[in-house]
Amino acid sequence: MSNLNAIQLSGVSKSFDGFMALSQADFTARWGEVHALLGENGAGKSSLMNIAAGLYAPESGSLLINDNAVRLSGPRDASRYHIGMVHQHFKLVKPFTVAENIQLALPEGPGNHAFSGSHRQRLAALEQRISDKAAELGFSIDPRKITESLSVAEQQRVEILKVLLAGARILILDEPTAVLTDGEAERLLETVRAFARQGAAVILVTHKMSDVKRFADRVTVMRGGRTIQTLDPQTVSVPELVRLTVGESAPASEYQPAIPGEVRLQVRNLRSKGASGHGALNGVTLNLRAGEIYGIAGVGGNGQSELANVLMGLPEPCDGTLELTGFGDLRRASAEQRRELRIAAIPADRYGAALAGELSVAENFGVGQVHSGRYGSFFRLRRKRLEAEAAEAVAGFDVQGVRSLKQKAALLSGGNAQKLVIAREFSRDPQLVLVHSPSRGLDVRATAAVHARLYAAREAGAAVLVISEDLDEVLALADRIGVMSGGRIVAEFDRPADRQAIGSAMVSHDEQDHAEPVAEGASHE
Amino acid sequence: MDMIANWLGNTPDFAVPFALAALGLILTERAGVLALGAEGLMLVGALAAIGAQLAYGSHGVSLLLAMGAAAVVSLLFALMVLVLRINQVIAGLALVFFCQGLTGLLGTLLEWTNKPVKGLAAVELWPLSELPLLGKLFVQNPLVFMTPLIVLAVVWFLTRTTTGLRLRAVGENPQAADAAGISVLGYRLAAILVGAALIGLAGGYISLLSTKLWIADMTGGRGWIAVALVIFARWSPWKALAGALLFGCIEALIPQLAAAGVRLPQYFVLMTPYAVTLAVMIWVASGRHATGNQPGALGIPFIREERR
Repeated sequence: MSNLNAIQLSGVSKSFDGFMALSQADFTARWGEVHALLGENGAGKSSLMNIAAGLYAPESGSLLINDNAVRLSGPRDASRYHIGMVHQHFKLVKPFTVAENIQLALPEGPGNHAFSGSHRQRLAALEQRISDKAAELGFSIDPRKITESLSVAEQQRVEILKVLLAGARILILDEPTAVLTDGEAERLLETVRAFARQGAAVILVTHKMSDVKRFADRVTVMRGGRTIQTLDPQTVSVPELVRLTVGESAPASEYQPAIPGEVRLQVRNLRSKGASGHGALNGVTLNLRAGEIYGIAGVGGNGQSELANVLMGLPEPCDGTLELTGFGDLRRASAEQRRELRIAAIPADRYGAALAGELSVAENFGVGQVHSGRYGSFFRLRRKRLEAEAAEAVAGFDVQGVRSLKQKAALLSGGNAQKLVIAREFSRDPQLVLVHSPSRGLDVRATAAVHARLYAAREAGAAVLVISEDLDEVLALADRIGVMSGGRIVAEFDRPADRQAIGSAMVSHDEQDHAEPVAEGASHE
Repeated sequence: MDMIANWLGNTPDFAVPFALAALGLILTERAGVLALGAEGLMLVGALAAIGAQLAYGSHGVSLLLAMGAAAVVSLLFALMVLVLRINQVIAGLALVFFCQGLTGLLGTLLEWTNKPVKGLAAVELWPLSELPLLGKLFVQNPLVFMTPLIVLAVVWFLTRTTTGLRLRAVGENPQAADAAGISVLGYRLAAILVGAALIGLAGGYISLLSTKLWIADMTGGRGWIAVALVIFARWSPWKALAGALLFGCIEALIPQLAAAGVRLPQYFVLMTPYAVTLAVMIWVASGRHATGNQPGALGIPFIREERR
């Protein structure tokens, strides 16, 4: 059975508003393998997989499942062919419980023995199945919890349980490790590999070379809407893979030691109550100096989201102070004052908190400066100037996929949306930069561009705070690293930091907190 | 004493149209479709019920036809909001004006206006009907007694069935529902049709069982009050029933006051339900959970192939 093709897409094309997202893409995954689909942001990976999952209808090309040509009328149809997809932006109904969300996706039918009796009985039976399946996959989850109150990593587990319990044998994971910590990602990939060894087909959409090298049996590289090549990751080197995805050698940023100045931001004893009652923040205290990058590492759900919200001025009830040198308590500053103080904030939730999806690219760029009068007074909008500066920023920050400045920002792919946010936030030479998961879901080149910007801000004398659940990122970026656990900074490390020491600091204090994670502020749709 | 007994006895008769219309609205809006057309659909139901009653003379058939007529007219609304994706507020308002004109015209052309019909005999719930003061509450037409059962059925459907779960998912996050293989447009169409049928039943109740004749624009804004009621009830059927009783109480009080010789300016009296509606809305909006429980995708058209 292992030589049989599970799913085969050939000559697939798809365009959005005249923009070719896919042109003549070919892709084949076999039973029993983990097949990685590698490419940059906007290369067409998600579009191709959305076609395989029946969500998009291709304009041309064919789809074969088990070597039989099929035409998917929708996701329900795909599920009938045992195709299940875990989307990058989760498809969960937030006010529903875990079990209710999973039940939505389950096929009906008398053959399914656990699903007889009343709705309540079925839910109860399903809750049991969810717990069993979760245990089988090596984690635990409370099926009665409201999805909204779960962390991103937990929401992803719900998504995986959902497609597996619906009977998926061809499992498509879209950027699954982007939201996970090292350990979580490793566990997840071990799990899916074991699933593939049982005869299923797993398609891993990713831009992380290490995931590909370590866990994939084969890899297909995509670039600019085309599939470039399918190879065995064991026979190809990482630089070669990078060259295939990027089309040229990736820019590498060279680390220069920091020359820190005076203390710019003093965070004092931040405390807050989390959704589950126990403290989300338990006295966070740290000093941030001008001209340095301070990285906060930690396992997701240890108060990072709450800390980011407090720092960025998003609603988050808590006690404590944020003392900005020369201003006073930053928590009292209005959004307008924050702009005047040249504070740049890049939240984790790009589409929800950083961009207005329904507004155009140019408007999203200009919105930060509307109040300052740069784009006209109360009575007038200097559209020409706004568009000229937006065009310049789009080019300068290499925001791709912009067909027109009037295009909705929601149509940008994750990496390009992030670049647009950065273009806006960095347009005024910031003195304080607050960043949460800046390269989540970004490819090699976009990540390098983001990091280069953060370094440039540091060189210009800004104080930069990076909160990230990706330890590699924190290690690559930060001059100093604070490890967050149980709502506190439990340890600080200077560069060069010892990865093992940070890892053990991350887990040493959170045995109890890890089991009962805290609500995550980020939303996903 | 008599006055209070009469007042309480009349309350259900006024409350039932509010309750049924609000229930229809809740079903539609829980699927994510903003339904402002209730006033128009009630008029369609009211006219259809009288027309059918004049032609066939069977109350059951007339009420069923009222439901059917409202559902058929709501197909137009469904076409506008589901297929053409017209703004749902505009489509709802257009539906109201269209129905007001259509029913006024047909009522005159077919000569159904001002022709009284026979109401439905009251049913006594013995021995409850012998209670002092409250007795008259239990002497009502059959539809009054059925209304709480319909509410119960809708609650049960929404919370205790898989189909109800899917309907709510479509209203909360249609993208998620779609990815789970649920037909978003199918569920929304069904919700519009069934909701319209309930709203039509509310209209039929007013003309056939309450006033027992047809006059143009006879619903007199009750559809709009039902729209407010749904917001006040935070899309919960039981709270909507309670709200309907509250408004029924107020409406039933007006004739009682007049009978008791209390002289109130006529227009002040007619204004009362709307004043109360406004007051309730302000009270709800100033509360702590002002936006709680509103379906997440209410009023947002569903398009699958939009990249996010």
